[in-house]
Amino acid sequence: GLFIWHLKSPGVRQIPCPFLHLCHVANDRLITFQYFNFLKRMYVTQCNKDLSQQAKPKSDPVASPFHELQQLDQEKKIIHKIRPILPVPQPLSEPSSRNGLREMKSAAETEDSLTAVRAESKEDRQWKEMKLQLEDLPGILARLSKIKLTALVVSTASAGFAMAPVPFDLTCFLLASLGTGLASCAANSINQFFEVPFDSNMNRTKNRPLVRGQISPLLAVCFAASCGVPGIALLTLGVNPLTGALGAFNIFLYTCCYTPMKRMSIANTWVGAVVGAIPPVMGWTAATGSLDAGALLLGGILYSWQFPHFNALSWGLREDYSRGGYCMMSVTHPGLCRRVALRHCVALVGLSTLAPVLDITTWTFPIISLPINLYISYLGFRFYRDADRSSSRKLFFCSLWHLPMLLLVMFTCKKSFLEKEDKGDLLGGSHGRAMEIKLP
Amino acid sequence: PPAHSRNDWIGPPDKHSNLRPVIFYVPPEESPLERRLREARQEAQACNQRFWALHNRAFHQEKEEFIYSRLKAKGLEMRDETGKKATLNAEEMADFYKDFLSKNFRKHMQYNRDWYKRNFTITFLMGQVALLRALRWLRWKKKNVGN
Repeated sequence: GLFIWHLKSPGVRQIPCPFLHLCHVANDRLITFQYFNFLKRMYVTQCNKDLSQQAKPKSDPVASPFHELQQLDQEKKIIHKIRPILPVPQPLSEPSSRNGLREMKSAAETEDSLTAVRAESKEDRQWKEMKLQLEDLPGILARLSKIKLTALVVSTASAGFAMAPVPFDLTCFLLASLGTGLASCAANSINQFFEVPFDSNMNRTKNRPLVRGQISPLLAVCFAASCGVPGIALLTLGVNPLTGALGAFNIFLYTCCYTPMKRMSIANTWVGAVVGAIPPVMGWTAATGSLDAGALLLGGILYSWQFPHFNALSWGLREDYSRGGYCMMSVTHPGLCRRVALRHCVALVGLSTLAPVLDITTWTFPIISLPINLYISYLGFRFYRDADRSSSRKLFFCSLWHLPMLLLVMFTCKKSFLEKEDKGDLLGGSHGRAMEIKLP
Repeated sequence: PPAHSRNDWIGPPDKHSNLRPVIFYVPPEESPLERRLREARQEAQACNQRFWALHNRAFHQEKEEFIYSRLKAKGLEMRDETGKKATLNAEEMADFYKDFLSKNFRKHMQYNRDWYKRNFTITFLMGQVALLRALRWLRWKKKNVGN
């Protein structure tokens, strides 16, 4: 794998192939140093005088490349062969002497330090062709659409559907889940499309497909459109218009409100909580066709859950947020951040108690869910009081299992719509009769 | 990138800006539209590179200064007895993060507007170029089929 970096300029000054070949042969001795391992970062800058492209090495002082090369966890460097290409008229006297220096240094460097470089970083530090490989496409699209997050969103929507006090309709359920999933993919793709330079600068997000150039922005937008349009159409036509409207509204809220607001005001967290609360509401409306109190309660539970989840997560990312220019409570109003998290943990207890009042579940639900709600509230309190990394991590990881468990318990305590009048129903009895599966 | 390549190449993240530089392929028969797209992308890349390199450098510099001033206020040195670099804990750093964010707020607002505009323009141009290429290909196909 020998690379010859070959300068091109917009014009007709392209190096003819035979000439390159000659250069290649003539400089064979120098090229032997040009191992695949050596990489040098460079970027193309636009020369102000003429619009020719020239590769310019990073304007480091000469001393630092030395230092860089000797670090063991070094980035790899490509030596670019400017010298053999000098006959192409380029005013590169300064960079070429620098290259001379670098070549000498690399010659001096032994192979031992090279072999110390890890294989994965080699993969990451190489120059890659920006050509879409079809076999990579599913993986890339999965990462673009944040498929794991989408799966969680679809499961909250399914929970909303399952909790609705109507006979279970399988086709409706599947259509609603698919539609919600597609809408979520679209929203996530647009979000990544908007945030490329910011994602590059944060550790958590720097391996996203658009950041790595694995897919072009155009393709990302087309993918988003091809998920979003059928998704919303499916919801509007296949389920009901209300669900479709909610889905479209949610996409809008996430991409056009939440994403830009992240960089403008801390209110983005509240908007984001609404975005998270809408899917279960969609699930409910898909089943019943109307926005009942039950839908709003489920939405309320998800809404409250978002705060301990996100605030705890953002606590450990303060440096990245500050540098990236994101306005988050954890950075600007840390006290508020912890108060809000605690407040909403406690609110979950209240909302769980509201469920049987609204005839969605039996009274066993608040009783069984009390331990887990109290536990998360306790962790919320610890986070509020200690305000350190370990308490924030504990709260965050708790929120990850707390929600599925809460929804599961809620489902098992679901009040059968057949027995709404009967106040004495027990867990087993109501559960058995709650599901009438309507086959398509 | 190798000489025969007909695609753009993207490199590892830049040390200062964390952005990945792209080397753009200039096809021999580049149309004016394609040229506009390429130049827009180059300009955006240069702009982004400039902004983030400067911004990140400023961040690290101010962070060092903050740590130094805080340590001095506490009567400590930059390095402790073992020679390891002394750091402040997260709570103390939080003041710096808050301060830095609010100081750079306006700069970020301007950059955001700029970035969104560029992003849309580039993507729209990409769409136009793609359409043009598709039409060109169809015309070529029809010509070949006709022959």
